[in-house]
Amino acid sequence: MSDTLVEYHELLTRYEPVVGLETHVELGTASKMFCGCATTFGAEPNTQTCPVCLGLPGSLPVVNAEAIAATIRIGLALGCRIASWCRFARKNYFYPDIPKGFQTSQYDEPLCTAGHLDVEVDGETYRVEIERVHLEEDTGKNLHVGGSTGRIHGASHSLVDFNRAGIPLVEIVTRPIPGAGARAPEVARAYVAELRDIVQSLGASDVRMEQGSLRCDVNTSLAPIGSLEWGTRTETKNVNSLRSVERAVRYEMRRQAAVLDAGSRVRQETRHFHEDTGSTSPGRSKEEATDYRYFPEPDLVPVAPDEEWVAALAAALPELPAARRARLQQEWGLSGTEMTWLVNAGALGLVEATVAAGAGPADARKWWLGELARRANDAGVELTALAVTPAQVAELGRLVADGTVNDKLARQVLDGVLAGEGDPAQVVRARGLAVMGESDELVAAVEEALAGNPDVVAKVQAGKVAALGALVGAVMRTTRGKADAATVKRMLEERVAGS
Amino acid sequence: MSTPSPQGTAGLGRDDVAHLARLARLALTDEELDSFAGQLSAVLDAVAEVGKADVADVPPMTHAVPLTNVTRPDVVTPSLPRDVVLSQAPAAEDDRFRVPQILGEEE
Repeated sequence: MSDTLVEYHELLTRYEPVVGLETHVELGTASKMFCGCATTFGAEPNTQTCPVCLGLPGSLPVVNAEAIAATIRIGLALGCRIASWCRFARKNYFYPDIPKGFQTSQYDEPLCTAGHLDVEVDGETYRVEIERVHLEEDTGKNLHVGGSTGRIHGASHSLVDFNRAGIPLVEIVTRPIPGAGARAPEVARAYVAELRDIVQSLGASDVRMEQGSLRCDVNTSLAPIGSLEWGTRTETKNVNSLRSVERAVRYEMRRQAAVLDAGSRVRQETRHFHEDTGSTSPGRSKEEATDYRYFPEPDLVPVAPDEEWVAALAAALPELPAARRARLQQEWGLSGTEMTWLVNAGALGLVEATVAAGAGPADARKWWLGELARRANDAGVELTALAVTPAQVAELGRLVADGTVNDKLARQVLDGVLAGEGDPAQVVRARGLAVMGESDELVAAVEEALAGNPDVVAKVQAGKVAALGALVGAVMRTTRGKADAATVKRMLEERVAGS
Repeated sequence: MSTPSPQGTAGLGRDDVAHLARLARLALTDEELDSFAGQLSAVLDAVAEVGKADVADVPPMTHAVPLTNVTRPDVVTPSLPRDVVLSQAPAAEDDRFRVPQILGEEE
């Protein structure tokens, strides 16, 4: 059944959206939250488990100190208050991916509270209030068998891998974000992107959405413009890319507007996002939502971060993405728009590394946003996935600057580098791509062009200087682009004038 | 949910027990629901006796053990061999725990 949808621009004339986000980040610790099992992604199923993470009777959890530190660092980076004392709690529910019958989480005593994150969309800054940052453990992974395409519906049974069960998971919850209007989907996306960059800059997680180390639930509600109350919200799960965050909010706004237009009420429910169609469908409704019966985890003692320790963690925070962007923009003398392009292209780190490897900022930017962006686009991959390093780009820039290769040859050098033929200088040698000097070979090519085109020579001598271009072209063809056009032009002029 | 009992504690009604049974995935008969509602209420009432103590001057106890910050360093220790792990399962398939059809919810 497909939903009725209202045109996006049309719904904005009547309704105002409020969005909120719950983001889960799998920490990059070597061992799990409460036991010493490894956390390696992609390991053989059920090879990273022990009595603690399998919930076997008599096992006792012990907190991973690094997970506490990483969570506090995330909280500090988001401007949160760090609890001086807090406890873990049991969240009770039955599901096959949770072997203990409860998830060890935090309830009314989160480690970090009351922070904020500023995000920018189209030059406008939006403040996203952070309600809480708490620490919990991840669940196992279900594989549904017997249905179509691995979906739970129609499956005959499921298979569970507990390698992921017990990996430390940080949940970051925003307060509702009102006032973004038409930009609500983009603000939601920008928030997740900025949060991802922050967590990455802290080295707390690899935050790879495609691998599930960063996962997002998106809350969306609509209310008539001017209404004093917010509308009923839905919670969309399974939103696994930045693009999906934006699409999910947009879809829910359009769907809910149609429900409200029809005089109905939006059901408070969990919905699932479908990457293929960009739509959402209902999951379990809140009426039958589980009663989690939280209570303090008796197997763990309270966590009481020492004030001096927290201060030391704060002092040791690295430069955060927003500060880094501001610094680089200034250092490179870019406008806000230019900087936005660079960031949106995913090229900031690459350009920074290329500059660090000796390239000029303008040159580094030109390569990554030009030729390399084109190659990545053609191959359908991210810039970072191209088989060329910033150091190699810097070297290529030097080869162009010192005249070893021209722009055209440089693109061929890049072909070689991307094909795994080595560094640019090696490719130039191996493929013989260096610009020809005033060699015998070049003189011969010039003489040949003059001899083969007496009519053109005559035109040039008659004052049609533009005709010289045809002769330059002929030489370039003979030398397969390896000659320097300016040199060729000069050599031709000398000979035409002197004949 | 239920009428407070004379002792001031919330007794457990039949509906509460039915709700808890569902959360615990227990199939109880009508007779069992009636019987457990009475028994569980009696247990709650017994525990509610502590409510009579005067604790105005006693700080709340947060844990049975007066300790905080018991942690371990982030060091990997050996996991169990997979065959040992799966030998504990009622059913296994493709190196994973095999569980019955999951109904009702999608994760």
